[in-house]
Amino acid sequence: MKFTLSWLKDHLDTEANAEVLADKLSSMGLEVESIDDPGKKLAPFTIARVLEAKPHPNADRLRVCKVDTGSSIVEVVCGAPNAKSGMIGVFASIGTYIPGTGITLEAKPVRGVVSAGMLVSEKELELSDDHRGIIELDAAFADKLGERYADALGLSDPVLDVKVTPNRPDCTGVRGIARDLAAANLGKLKPDKKPTGVGGDYDCPIDIKLELPRHAADACPCFAGRYIRGVKNGAAPAWMQQRLKAVGLRPINALVDVTNYLSLDRGRPLHVYDADKLQGAIRARLGRRGERFLALDGKTYQVDDTMCVIADERAVLGFGGIMGGEETGTTTDTRNVLIECAYFDPLRTAATGRKTGIVSDARYRFERGVDPAFILPGLDLGTGMMLEAAGGEPSRRKVAGAPPETKTVISFSFARVEKFAGIKLPEKEMRATLEALGFAVEGKGGTVKVKAPSWRPDIHGPADLVEEVVRIAGLDKVPSAPMPRASGVAKPVLTETQKRVRHARRVLAARGLVEAVTWSFIPEVQAKAFGGGQPGLELENPISSEMTTMRPSLLPGLLAAVQRNRNRGAADVGLFEVGQAYRGDAPKDQFVAASGVRAGASALAGSGRHWTGAAPEAGLFEAKSDVVALLAGLGFDAGKAQVAGEAPSWFHPGRSAALKLGPKLTLAHFGEVHPVTLELMDVPGPVAAFEVFVEAIPAQTRKSLARPALEAADLLPLRRDFAFLLDAKVPAGDVMRAAMGADKKLIASVSVFDVFEGEALGPGKKSLALEVTLQPRDKTLTDAEIEAVAQRIVAEVKRATGGQIRA
Amino acid sequence: MTDHTKISALEKALLAEIAGAGDLDGIERVRIAALGKKGRVPELMAELGALPADQRRAFGQAVNGLKTRVGEALEVRKAELERGALTARLAAEITDVTLPVRAGPLQDGRIHPVSQVFDEVAEIFGDMGFSIAEGPDIESDDLNFTKLNIPPEHPARQEHDTFYMKGTGKERDNAPVMVLRTHTSPVQIRTMLAQKPPIRIIAPGRVYRMDSDATHTPMFHQIEGLVIDESSHLGHLKWCLEEFCKAFFEVGEVRMRFRASHFPFTEPSMEVDIDAAAIGKPGKWLEILGSGMVHPNVISNCGLDPEKYQGFAFGMGLDRIAMLKYAIPDLRDMFAADLRWLRHYGFTALDIPTLAGGLSG
Repeated sequence: MKFTLSWLKDHLDTEANAEVLADKLSSMGLEVESIDDPGKKLAPFTIARVLEAKPHPNADRLRVCKVDTGSSIVEVVCGAPNAKSGMIGVFASIGTYIPGTGITLEAKPVRGVVSAGMLVSEKELELSDDHRGIIELDAAFADKLGERYADALGLSDPVLDVKVTPNRPDCTGVRGIARDLAAANLGKLKPDKKPTGVGGDYDCPIDIKLELPRHAADACPCFAGRYIRGVKNGAAPAWMQQRLKAVGLRPINALVDVTNYLSLDRGRPLHVYDADKLQGAIRARLGRRGERFLALDGKTYQVDDTMCVIADERAVLGFGGIMGGEETGTTTDTRNVLIECAYFDPLRTAATGRKTGIVSDARYRFERGVDPAFILPGLDLGTGMMLEAAGGEPSRRKVAGAPPETKTVISFSFARVEKFAGIKLPEKEMRATLEALGFAVEGKGGTVKVKAPSWRPDIHGPADLVEEVVRIAGLDKVPSAPMPRASGVAKPVLTETQKRVRHARRVLAARGLVEAVTWSFIPEVQAKAFGGGQPGLELENPISSEMTTMRPSLLPGLLAAVQRNRNRGAADVGLFEVGQAYRGDAPKDQFVAASGVRAGASALAGSGRHWTGAAPEAGLFEAKSDVVALLAGLGFDAGKAQVAGEAPSWFHPGRSAALKLGPKLTLAHFGEVHPVTLELMDVPGPVAAFEVFVEAIPAQTRKSLARPALEAADLLPLRRDFAFLLDAKVPAGDVMRAAMGADKKLIASVSVFDVFEGEALGPGKKSLALEVTLQPRDKTLTDAEIEAVAQRIVAEVKRATGGQIRA
Repeated sequence: MTDHTKISALEKALLAEIAGAGDLDGIERVRIAALGKKGRVPELMAELGALPADQRRAFGQAVNGLKTRVGEALEVRKAELERGALTARLAAEITDVTLPVRAGPLQDGRIHPVSQVFDEVAEIFGDMGFSIAEGPDIESDDLNFTKLNIPPEHPARQEHDTFYMKGTGKERDNAPVMVLRTHTSPVQIRTMLAQKPPIRIIAPGRVYRMDSDATHTPMFHQIEGLVIDESSHLGHLKWCLEEFCKAFFEVGEVRMRFRASHFPFTEPSMEVDIDAAAIGKPGKWLEILGSGMVHPNVISNCGLDPEKYQGFAFGMGLDRIAMLKYAIPDLRDMFAADLRWLRHYGFTALDIPTLAGGLSG
């Protein structure tokens, strides 16, 4: 919403300058987005008179003008065809910056004649596109030689641009803004002038009807109109054109300009029809499928039966409250007109606006809710201005329907202001504020009846009145009040999952991985490749084909990031993300994963080549190591879970696994990403990846903070090595578990120190070498006891896995 | 030659040999030749038997003296040679100490700025007694809009540039229309539906809007705050935000500006600016959050009595405050996963924000 300072002063008697007014508006909820003073860039330009224009001695198309600048007589070279003796124009001296051309004037000879400056066109001042000649002012300016052009013409009028929030339709008009400022004591609201002589003495010759079905009667409850015959629809008065131009509107003709002006001045859109182009009665009705019309924006729109249209006997003329039609619009030839001043339902207007995509000043106001009590006064005001601008004889008003009633009355206790806003204000001041804003306050004492003005559809209850009082008093005046604190030290506030998420990030970052945040939506084809694409997870209106589907896994985003980094020259990449993924659209289907990828030589020890030895190419075991460490970091011993070769399809079937607790509870997947999946992602492999399901990990039930006592035996542990010959398919984990189980008391740990497959062992065989640590508890073990444990280990491994001890 | 002369000559000869031994093998050879079983000193001692009895004692003493002196000389020389050998070995063991070492995972890894800043925010609000609530990203339009006092057709719904989930609310009968939440405010509703006041929560999370340009991304992070009890008012809200800003930006004072505004779910509503002096750029106001008293309709939509309960809510962009605090220039980079950017703007695993140690350490 743009307006100029002088326009505001039509309604507000104030001494405040634009900056002061803007600050107050912003603090009251009418944020001023810009103050633009066109006078500033025009400041160096002054009014001058051409005393004499004679031909340039060396150029046919140039003239040398003797110019009276008010302070001296100078010679100016001018190429404009309209430069002539006696004319009043606009002068720029040497050194002046010309905004329209971006050039600063320099003193240099033009074809041998030195010019002392320049006579400028409107285009050179960025006032219009007119470059046919230099500005030619009315002879009345002859006594203003030397004065600033902008001041003399009233162009030094700052333009304020206010961002009007959707709850304030009244502030889509200058008067509404003036009223708020007056309530804030930044001036006095000037009394409204009643138009006179608009009543007319004949009936409107065009009938106005409301033809709305009962269920849509609210689409247009009131349609008022007036006929004016014999108008001369020329240009609007200069002052009006100037204001419209200042706020970015192009003057069209007197009648249209009046409707635009009132829309800005009062937030009251009108429409004016060329009455001679109408057939029969004009009416508001619902559209019919198949109807269409050519609108004022030059486009043809389809109409449907949810839209409120204005039509005559023959056809649809326009969308009610949004845009009129080209065919019945006014031109300079128009002689007789019908003015429309109606009320259109905000919701229906908004819906039609969205469907058609039309953005117009009328829609902007109707969808916020115009003042229903201002239909008839608005019509009269518009009529008066049209008569002034274009003459003619007005008819009597014709009104179909009646303005919707507004009767919001709120029982309001002034004490509420302190209770909700924490500010103590005198009751008198609060009452004055409300009254200045147009509220009627009835009753005395603590609780009063407050009637909202017709132009404030946003007022529903006491909270709204608190807001009115406080925003006018100024939120900055509300004193800060400390919130009561719980006594003692602050308590921990994170939930179990929140703690895990936090921890997971730190563990993975401590392992050299870099945290990324990738999009929650990914291309559908990628979602499907990672088990996603369930119903309800696709966007109706994605912003791009790369962001169509909610991700089922964090891996697609991370893999894509790997490749982007490689394309920027990174060789080895280790990334992780801890975040949400989706199995369906219900809240319970959203889950948290901690996932990571390692590509190239990227391992815990570091990445890339190094003189101490290059990092290994990341594979299954780098991923497994990340998972085990992450689970440990979250307080869970990965050794308690089963490692099953059941990772999902996006992993390499032979080099991946799932970590499970029972058949249904999966804690993690890890391994190399399947080559087909990588191909789909356009990522050259191999890439190691893992996914840990953060919420699936069983909660650690901790009864006491006390640690169990340390069992550090006094006796030295002893180590014995065993090598077993096994079927190549026997998992090492089974062999270790069997060895471990041979003597649960004595065997402290089992580790694998060698795995060997080779022809010497025979096909399909492998050798697995274990180191078993025995921890004597009470006494030193005898050779015989050690031998007995060794035998049990051999026997247990053989029983469980068929492994033979190698000699 | 007298015995005395003989012994002196031998001592002189042996000491010369000891001094001349060049390495440990050499000194061992000298030792064997001098003191070994068949060495020259025992050999001399053997002459004892051939001496007259009255000379034996003096001769024996003289040879033993020789033995002791030669033995000491051998030890001294041996120690010298050993030290020399060690010095020579160490001299040969000099390494190029300028060779680089691996930085190690703690230096390589990074925490994303948004995660870090959330931890900072949680630390601050945790101290003020706020717990952390969460809600789903895919939300019903009822919770994202209607219960927040944004009825269908309300113009604010359009201002939110909502992403809708395909097929919801149409093909599946009676199923609600699902949207990607446009703000974290539905967590207010979820919280009020689930627990009775007093309530003090913050709710961080991803939010989504159909918007993409230099300063907008279709996904970003918000943090919501909600306080509901029987007495919290605008003054408390101001205090809460002032304290937060001071703690978050780690400065003693933050000048703030509170402007009236409009959000459907708060009344009165206000937008809050901070003086950019807090981030070292005085002379500019920066908009950082929207807030207000929770609208009575929202409270009653959650089954609470707005005559009894009141409170405030606020919402701010987590990415935005991270950018302000750490001078990160472009929002879009937050989601680009560019290693160069992450290493530069990220934090290490041990940069854990605490109130005791300072948020940024």
